Amino acid sequence: MDLVKQTTEINTTDTYVQELTTLNLGPTHPATHGIFQNILQMNGERIVSGVPTIGYIHRAFEKIAERRPFYQITPLTDRMNYCSSPINNMGWWMTVEKLLGVTVPKRAEYIRVIVMELARIADHLVCNSILGVDTGAFSGFLYVFQEREKIYEIYEEICGARLTTNMGRIGGMERDLSPLAIEKIKKFLKEFPAVMTEFETMFNRNRIFVDRVEGVGPITAERALNYGFTGPNLRAAGVDYDVRVMNPYSSYQDFEFDIPVGTKGDTYDRFMVRNEEIWQSLRIIQQAIDNLPEGPYHADAPEFFLPPKQEVYRNMEALIYHFKIVMGEIDAPVGEVYHSVEGGNGELGFYLVSDGGRTPYRLHFRRPCFIYYQAYPEMVVGTQLSDAIVILSSMNVIAGELDA
Amino acid sequence: MADLTNELLVQSLQEKFGDQVFDIQEPYGLVTVTTTREHIIPMLQALYDDEFLKFQFLTTMCGIHYPDNKGKELGVVYLVHSFTHNVRLRIKIFFSEDDAVVPTATNLYQTANWMERETWDFYGIRFEGHPNLNRILNVDEMEAFPMRKEFPLEDQTREDKINTFFGR
Repeated sequence: MDLVKQTTEINTTDTYVQELTTLNLGPTHPATHGIFQNILQMNGERIVSGVPTIGYIHRAFEKIAERRPFYQITPLTDRMNYCSSPINNMGWWMTVEKLLGVTVPKRAEYIRVIVMELARIADHLVCNSILGVDTGAFSGFLYVFQEREKIYEIYEEICGARLTTNMGRIGGMERDLSPLAIEKIKKFLKEFPAVMTEFETMFNRNRIFVDRVEGVGPITAERALNYGFTGPNLRAAGVDYDVRVMNPYSSYQDFEFDIPVGTKGDTYDRFMVRNEEIWQSLRIIQQAIDNLPEGPYHADAPEFFLPPKQEVYRNMEALIYHFKIVMGEIDAPVGEVYHSVEGGNGELGFYLVSDGGRTPYRLHFRRPCFIYYQAYPEMVVGTQLSDAIVILSSMNVIAGELDA
Repeated sequence: MADLTNELLVQSLQEKFGDQVFDIQEPYGLVTVTTTREHIIPMLQALYDDEFLKFQFLTTMCGIHYPDNKGKELGVVYLVHSFTHNVRLRIKIFFSEDDAVVPTATNLYQTANWMERETWDFYGIRFEGHPNLNRILNVDEMEAFPMRKEFPLEDQTREDKINTFFGR
């Protein structure tokens, strides 16, 4: 009875009173792809304001890193952006190599490039296909997940692990690419374009998909820069900032590739930029595998490069070095380094302050997700709930990287 | 337009701010300067507005703690980037633990919002003028500032683990 009375009262007043609904999107919701909460104020189906709450899987990596030798920080970086963990690993090793002054041989750098670009493809594939799932197209997701599986099989061939790999070392790679690994990479390069083309035809001009994503959640280049966007999200807004080109690391200057840019910075542009980046990554891998230099796959730095496992079992000296390196007996020089790589989501930076001990004095991760996710409330205000879901998945917010 | 070299950058910083820029270093090719917290926001603003320098991108910022450095225990490190010249610049400020208040940079960079909240969360550095300064990664009820050096990683009340046995 009360309810009916209230409704009539509202309708009879001159000023139209509306109650806002508070909607908790998350912390665990299938469409948030991770554990974080958005408290949305809804006016009917329109979003009036949003307040993000994060920190649900905060694991204090920066603090833990202060008690760990450099090698043992690798598994921490793995678990940030777990869709492309090799990029995080290699970024971390490059930071340490910069601090120690280790020069990595060309072959190792090329292998790293191959692995990093494979990781980028896997990352973008997951992001884009999940965007498809959020708009109602499940088949695209299943289709490209098979391809991600093939990338993981390549990792497995290189190092034995799949998701959180441990294939590199400070100073190079753990082992050389096996002939089978090279064969698998070549096979992937040959077979994947057909799948990618099919994936693109399924989405790019699909009326339902385009209607759901075009013009949704746009952000101007100016706002994006002010918010600290990097990576595909920034490039979709029309700024051609790519760490691989601006500050080349690991021989990226040797390769020819384009930086795809969007114009409007909306969800459609973010999707297209990621698709185009996959093609560019394939180009880079092709060049790297064609011109793979001969030579050693690791630097001649016995104080820092973990000796091969077979050696450790047979050779006393190798065992001693292994022990000294793993326990962090060898001190690093005093200094501070900032090194950044182009991660799956953007500029992934490592700020390492060393006081000359076995562990970092201070380690700060510049996590791209953490920085650009704060723009989310601004991007969803005025849109509908279904748009908010699409915007969230097109930004590729990964909870592990968000919280660290 | 001439390219911006490190020498030119240091020179123009000294021209603009004189004695307020000190401890100029170049570790691994990245210009690193220290300033006072009264000058940090004017300095960032000037670097932002400068027609030539155009340091308009705040890459990252974080806190740092040196408990032995009396009177200057806490610090904030800013890393700004000029896309026009592709030059990075690191600016540091240090201040006392008892008076950990820094003016906010959110008026200049929107992105500083969460970075400052993170710094507050971990180091207890208050940013004056910040629109919404509360904890971001830890729970609100927490009383400690966990990244400070006086909070070691392991439980200090434990007696079964003695540091000397573990090479620490």
